[in-house]
Amino acid sequence: MPHIEIRDVSLIYDTPSGSVPGVQGVSFSIEPSEFLCIVGPSGCGKSTLLNIIAGFLMPTGGEIRIGGKIITGHGMDRGVVFQDFAQLFPWRTALANVTFGLEMKGISKAEREKIALEQLRLVKLDKFVRSYPHHLSGGMQQRVAIARALAYNPSVLLMDEPFAALDALTRDEMQRLLADVWRETKKTVIYVTHNVAEAVYLADRVVVMTPHPGTVKTEIPIRLARPRDPLSVEFLEHQKELLRHLGGEAGKA
Amino acid sequence: MSANTERMRSYRRAAVTLLVVAALYEASARSGYFAPALLPTLPTIGRTLFAMLLDGSMLGHALYTFYRVMFGFGLAIVVALPLGILMGRFRTVEGFFLPLASALMPVPSLAWVPVFILWFGLGNTTTVLVVFYAATFPMLLNTWSGVRSVNPLWLRAAGTMGADENAMFWKVIIPGASPFIITGMRQAFLRAWIAVVGAEMIAASNWGLGWVIFDAKEFLNTDIMLASLAVIGFIGFVFERLVFGSLERATIQRWGMVRAAKS
Ligand SMILES: Nc1ncnc2c1ncn2[C@@H]1O[C@H](COP(=O)(O)OP(=O)(O)O)[C@@H](O)[C@H]1O
Ligand SMILES: [Mg+2]
Repeated sequence: MPHIEIRDVSLIYDTPSGSVPGVQGVSFSIEPSEFLCIVGPSGCGKSTLLNIIAGFLMPTGGEIRIGGKIITGHGMDRGVVFQDFAQLFPWRTALANVTFGLEMKGISKAEREKIALEQLRLVKLDKFVRSYPHHLSGGMQQRVAIARALAYNPSVLLMDEPFAALDALTRDEMQRLLADVWRETKKTVIYVTHNVAEAVYLADRVVVMTPHPGTVKTEIPIRLARPRDPLSVEFLEHQKELLRHLGGEAGKA
Repeated sequence: MSANTERMRSYRRAAVTLLVVAALYEASARSGYFAPALLPTLPTIGRTLFAMLLDGSMLGHALYTFYRVMFGFGLAIVVALPLGILMGRFRTVEGFFLPLASALMPVPSLAWVPVFILWFGLGNTTTVLVVFYAATFPMLLNTWSGVRSVNPLWLRAAGTMGADENAMFWKVIIPGASPFIITGMRQAFLRAWIAVVGAEMIAASNWGLGWVIFDAKEFLNTDIMLASLAVIGFIGFVFERLVFGSLERATIQRWGMVRAAKS
């Protein structure tokens, strides 16, 4: 049975200037522990779709099932990482950000700090546990956000362009780190990006969306051995194929 | 440490300003153009202040005034902080209280003094209520704005991590709105301090810095008036710097939610 099933999901935004379609008739499913990337040009509805899966937005049509159950809102079976560095609580240290979900679960202080430390070690930030977010670089802040989303042990990790605002070198490093984290935790991941190389590096399968209003154009499995070599011929072949589906212009962004 | 030299420089600038103003004042007082009873020299004021400090009367007045300020200010926070948060969170609460606040806010707190005297008589109740009135609105409106300016990403993140309404309140909204809440407290304290002196002039008897000033007018004791004014300014300044300054440094500056002032 697939872990997550998305069936004919649509969302129409009601705005003062009329209704704007966010996504239209999207269907696909994700297997347990699969790393799925959603790729599409800006404004096609990737964030909208992810927010629906996260439970922040209610679809105007269709349904989403996680583990067979229809979702009706956000829940602790899903962890979410956003693009914006400001997602961390500035008034909490890195450690206290990561313990937040455990605190909500009512886990004792000693226990939750132990778990949070493990998570921070996983994202290689164990030297910065007592730092406040504003003393951390963008890449470090995103790593804290990942640790925070993993700490209360959700089965699904949802990520919306988490590395898009980072410089290219840091982004490469973060992609390697995320691949390691995923290998160790075996979460089901849905990862939104408009960066084709990133999708080929990370994904088991890529869902390509059409431009606005977004719907699924095609799905491409990436069957390359990990860790992947972005300079290998096969890697570049996959990249080209994705770019072809995107019509070329979105890949450069 | 450039921050330290920066701070020293700003202290020196403030000292220069004070010295110049004091020198100008002293020159006018000694010029012979004004009656010494109306414009006592600085040494005279200093001696009066010293005497009042020694016999404990200044301390008594200051304590009374301070007590009234803190009582009214504390009351304002207890009422306005939760109310402002509720206004920022719930449309219906906002819809009910915002028009009320907008209507009451422009009424100067001192305009209520005669009314309060009729209702509550002369004394502490009236002064405390005037202080409360003056301090409530800056606290209320700042808190309300602060709650509305809380980053929605924090709410979403907290929601996915299982925060209930209670945790949302205490662990996300209050700290998230804290830059505004602290600004609200600062403004409320300033208004409270201004209001208390005015209210004491009319409604207090025997004690309080405002009362001393007003009472001294009867006997043309300008030196007492000016000494009391200096004490009012001094307490307000010290409290503002010490209490709110350290509160800011310990919280929102430490968290990087506001930057330290440059100089
Ligand atoms: N809150 C909103 N209200 C109205 N329209 C929106 C809102 N959010 C997104 N949209 C519109 O929905 C479409 C998809 O947006 P989004 O999901 O953010 O795209 P992407 O993440 O792929 O860039 C865009 O046309 C956008 O303008
Ligand atoms: Mg987006």
